[in-house]
Amino acid sequence: MKHLTEPAYVRWILIGVALLFLALFLILPLIAVFTEAFKQGADVFVASIADPETLSAVKLTLLVAAISVPLNVTFGIAAAWAIAKFSFRGKNVLLTLIDLPFAVSPVIAGLIFVLLFGSQGILGPWLDLHDIKIIFAVPGIVLATTFVTFPFVARELIPIMEAQGKDEEEAAVSLGASGWKTFLRVTLPNVKWGLLYGVILCNARAMGEFGAVSVVSGHIRGMTNTLPLHVEILYNEYQFAAAFAVATLLAALALVTLIVKSFIEWKTERQSGVEEEPYIDVTGERAG
Amino acid sequence: MRKLLHNRGFLPGFGMTMGYTIIYLSLLVLIPLSVLFLKATTMSWEQFVGTILDSRVLASIRVSIVSSFFAACVNAVFGVLVAWVLARYQFFGKRIIDGIVDLPFALPTAVGGIALTSIYAENGWVGQYLAEWGIKVAYTPLGIWVALTFIGLPFVVRTVQPVLQDWDLQMEEAAATLGATRWTTFTRVILPHLLPAVITGFALAFARALGEYGSVVFISGNMPLKTEIVPLLIMTKLEQFDYAGATAIATVMLVASFIMLLIINYLQWRINKFDAAR
Amino acid sequence: MSIEVDNISKSYKNFTALKNVSLQIPEGELVALLGPSGSGKTTLLRLIAGLEQPEEGRILFNGEDNTNRDVRERRVGFVFQHYALFRHMNIFDNIAFGLTVRSRKTRPNKEEIREKVHSLLKLVQLEGLAHRYPSQLSGGQRQRVALARALAVEPKFLLLDEPFGALDTKVRQELRRWLRHLHGKLGLTILFVTHDQEEAMELADQVVVMNEGKVEQVGSPEEIYHHPANPFVYSFLGRVNLFRGRVHEGKIKLGEAEFETEWENKAVELPAVGYMRPHDVEVSLHAPADSSIQAVQAQVSRISLLGPIVRLDLKRLDTNEVFEAEMSRQRFAELALVENGTVYVTLNNLSFYVEEGQSVTPAPTFIPLQVSV
Repeated sequence: MKHLTEPAYVRWILIGVALLFLALFLILPLIAVFTEAFKQGADVFVASIADPETLSAVKLTLLVAAISVPLNVTFGIAAAWAIAKFSFRGKNVLLTLIDLPFAVSPVIAGLIFVLLFGSQGILGPWLDLHDIKIIFAVPGIVLATTFVTFPFVARELIPIMEAQGKDEEEAAVSLGASGWKTFLRVTLPNVKWGLLYGVILCNARAMGEFGAVSVVSGHIRGMTNTLPLHVEILYNEYQFAAAFAVATLLAALALVTLIVKSFIEWKTERQSGVEEEPYIDVTGERAG
Repeated sequence: MRKLLHNRGFLPGFGMTMGYTIIYLSLLVLIPLSVLFLKATTMSWEQFVGTILDSRVLASIRVSIVSSFFAACVNAVFGVLVAWVLARYQFFGKRIIDGIVDLPFALPTAVGGIALTSIYAENGWVGQYLAEWGIKVAYTPLGIWVALTFIGLPFVVRTVQPVLQDWDLQMEEAAATLGATRWTTFTRVILPHLLPAVITGFALAFARALGEYGSVVFISGNMPLKTEIVPLLIMTKLEQFDYAGATAIATVMLVASFIMLLIINYLQWRINKFDAAR
Repeated sequence: MSIEVDNISKSYKNFTALKNVSLQIPEGELVALLGPSGSGKTTLLRLIAGLEQPEEGRILFNGEDNTNRDVRERRVGFVFQHYALFRHMNIFDNIAFGLTVRSRKTRPNKEEIREKVHSLLKLVQLEGLAHRYPSQLSGGQRQRVALARALAVEPKFLLLDEPFGALDTKVRQELRRWLRHLHGKLGLTILFVTHDQEEAMELADQVVVMNEGKVEQVGSPEEIYHHPANPFVYSFLGRVNLFRGRVHEGKIKLGEAEFETEWENKAVELPAVGYMRPHDVEVSLHAPADSSIQAVQAQVSRISLLGPIVRLDLKRLDTNEVFEAEMSRQRFAELALVENGTVYVTLNNLSFYVEEGQSVTPAPTFIPLQVSV
């Protein structure tokens, strides 16, 4: 209907400008990662990926994600259950506190753990005495990563579980199901897509975190280097092709994340029956 | 406690999940963050103020705020445009474009940083053409702006898009029956309605830009007083083992972030109230 | 201003919303578009407003062709089903909107706009609420703001889409009365869409009954209720009983009952349907003395006491057809009816329609018949 839209030329100009903007800022960088990676040929690419240091970075990145993601998933589920299924005072304060790590600069996220566990930190002397290393070691990387990915799952689950209310859970409990069974059989199936959504976003950030990890890692090659840190080191050593080759691994991770995310959105959109264009009335009567 | 629980209905698990939430939150977030303030209090006031008022620190604060502000402004304008195009028009590849908008969320910032640097460097795909015009992007404040625009882009799109999708088209029809042109309808009916979401998206993009580190370090050139942003300065102080200096700057930055967070939460609450009232 | 809809057709994708609809609405009338959902009544309203474009046909205002005129230039007052008030504007700005968006040349000055809005607020009885926001008003108040906003541009006529649909019963009745009053005061042509027959009957001078994209009948409430043009109108307005039978050689047979008709003497036997409103069903305990009066026996299967009237669910003993009868409490007491008792029912006041199947059109056509009893 013409009163609800713009003339065709205006539409195409707007679409064109939007696409140009997205191309300059999003699509070109993505293409650049892959082109730069193969600039010196496939051999350099393969060699960079197969390099023992790269492989140990891959291992560490996977390890960090394998610890921090499940930790935050557990927290996210517990927090969502408490916040969405019960009413209590101070709920909004709690929600704001859960959001805090999003508001903190990654560098500060790293800094606070240095101040806490570093050799000059509050617990530093005690840790030194017992020969426990956290900063410039794997535990520090895990802590910093867990901190920056802390809100993802909870933020995804809370609104979904709030929207679903608690009727179904109450029905299950009144039918004699235990709390744990109720969660597994009633709540979880209802929020599974939302949970997956939170998990993939949490995972992408956990594997890709740079600033916070950079502060606490100490950049020890083959020891405390995650993939993003490895990219930085290679780049700063002017091994551009190698840096971009390693970066393709992370870019591929990002693409997979986006694809899974789009898939989940498509899936949930279909489930909730949201139409693409709600204003096209098929019946002739306005749906209202 | 039993009575308290009873009042909350008969679903089990409140005590356990709430307890776990509070403990986990405290151990991982609240206690570590409070250490920063604790550390800051060990400094004398003169020491603290002296650190902050150092010309290099002030310059970095200025660079951070100015570039974040302009990046968020550009994101506000183009974010609304992209959200509008995605919500209202049909075109080939729309689903893919819709998915790619979230790239800055999914792509590690370091990767984004080196990719942008390679494109906007003087011999890069875009940089070479800009260089002909005498415009240098990489290793200048403009480069910081490019990186911050990249990482802030999804925020405005993703706050405005749902508002546009839930938008009641009858309001536009009503405006048309009352004689309003398309442009008038946009500026007087649609835009005011989008404004809270745009401001929220702007604030989110701005807050994120202030704290951003990974994508900026590669493209900025990191020249003190010129292209040095606050997070980078904190990093530098840490590498020089100047923990007190890093703490002082971080404290100021953290307080600023908290204020931003409160503003954002307030805005979001306003939007929800607005929507609930229809 | 009069509205003429001339042979309009409109379809969406694979759904035909309107087929060859023609309609004349004289100046100053209050007209209801009545029909079930999906009958095309809202589409017709939106076509008149210019919110949709027809595939065929013309729309004329006072004889002037407006078919291709933009909605912005038609100057029609349209009130949306859910009001579509501008949420971020207060009531004053909502009502003033149509005036303030005019080009500088035709826009009234601030003082004139203020006066106009206040006189409209007075008209819709919402003085003092100028600075409230839509969210702070009740449904009925929002409805009146929407009306005032539409009236502000001094429209040629008013179009209302299910104006009372979203309101509760009591407010609805108040607003109906008020709209009727407003119509009398302004003398404006008003066309409104409703699926509620009671609303149409109570409010409108003329009722347009629509079904499946066609106009079934146009007439005063009295006409369409007492002289329905076809079975659809019959069954859409009020409760109705339906008796199935056949017509053959001038006689309609409904079970044991037989009726003489003026139906042309055709060799073929065709299905026939008799319609009868429940309050026209006469119930007695004995067979009528006059044997020419057609009466059948029926069993009372259920008695419902509905305030001043009593409704009986009856079952014919000859055909087992189930139907309803309504009578006053007084009559009910006189008859001293009990459930499962047997009564005689007089089948006069029946309206007959004959289904004449044609190979060309798959839908049966209905021909009303004069019945001589």
